[in-house]
Amino acid sequence: MTHLGYLLAGWGITLGALGTYAFRLAVRGRSLAARVPVERRRWMTSEDDS
Amino acid sequence: MTNPPLDLPAHTGSRTTRVLGAAVLVGVATMILLGFFVAPEDDLMADSVRMIFVHVPSAILTYVAFSVTAVGSVMWLWKRSVWWDIVAHSSAEIGVVFCGLTLVTGSIWGRPTWNTYWEWGDVRLVTTLILFVMMIGYLAVRSMGGDESAVATRAAVVGVIAAINIPIINRSVEWWADRTLHQQSSITDGKLEDWTLFTMFLGIVVWGVFYTWSMTHRFRIAWLERELRDGDLDEAIAARRAEAAASGGAS
Repeated sequence: MTHLGYLLAGWGITLGALGTYAFRLAVRGRSLAARVPVERRRWMTSEDDS
Repeated sequence: MTNPPLDLPAHTGSRTTRVLGAAVLVGVATMILLGFFVAPEDDLMADSVRMIFVHVPSAILTYVAFSVTAVGSVMWLWKRSVWWDIVAHSSAEIGVVFCGLTLVTGSIWGRPTWNTYWEWGDVRLVTTLILFVMMIGYLAVRSMGGDESAVATRAAVVGVIAAINIPIINRSVEWWADRTLHQQSSITDGKLEDWTLFTMFLGIVVWGVFYTWSMTHRFRIAWLERELRDGDLDEAIAARRAEAAASGGAS
């Protein structure tokens, strides 16, 4: 395959960046949700999360 | 008597986001399979054409994300809707990620295709960079302290002005055909092979699902941040009232 280095760099950076961003969102969400009282987490329902 | 605690999760996920997340993982695996092993190489660009599967979806989702920011910004300016303000902010952050990836993957793709990583004379490259810088500015405005409503209004103005750039970027290869290294639309000219076209569209769908997943989480994070600030404010007000009542009672 030609240009393999460029392809791996382009795909690697893209998937790495999206994965890192997604991971950071999940961690940030957990950290914040733990600090907010349950009655203020309005969108969440036990039915939705079951 | 106090109510029993609700059985709510201490995270921003839900059944819907888990389904979306799983769909993204399956989609990315399929993209890798099709992109590297099924889609044929291009007559002109050889295997470097496989960069199209991450570059074009990132560019399309940049347009989508910043358009949503513009709509949210207009709705904030018009209705003063906090919901729309959070939508605008969330979409801007995700859009910056996609826009950064568009610039980086385009630059990497440019080296084997155009023999250069960057060309200042290319209108599409420069206008995309301007959009990226403007949206970094949007996030910088949002991170400023002060009155929340004033910050949201300033950011909304930036968000709307930045969005004017989107159609310019999109049409730049037609309007300034002699001042771009980019080819004109590859989607409508029928020059792409079927599997290349299919994988590129799959990439757009997968990136779209990722955007939806991210928006859901990012919106909830912004909502939690707001609830936390409001909660702190409520506590501070209650403490001041108690303090005032105590000092009033003592005097």
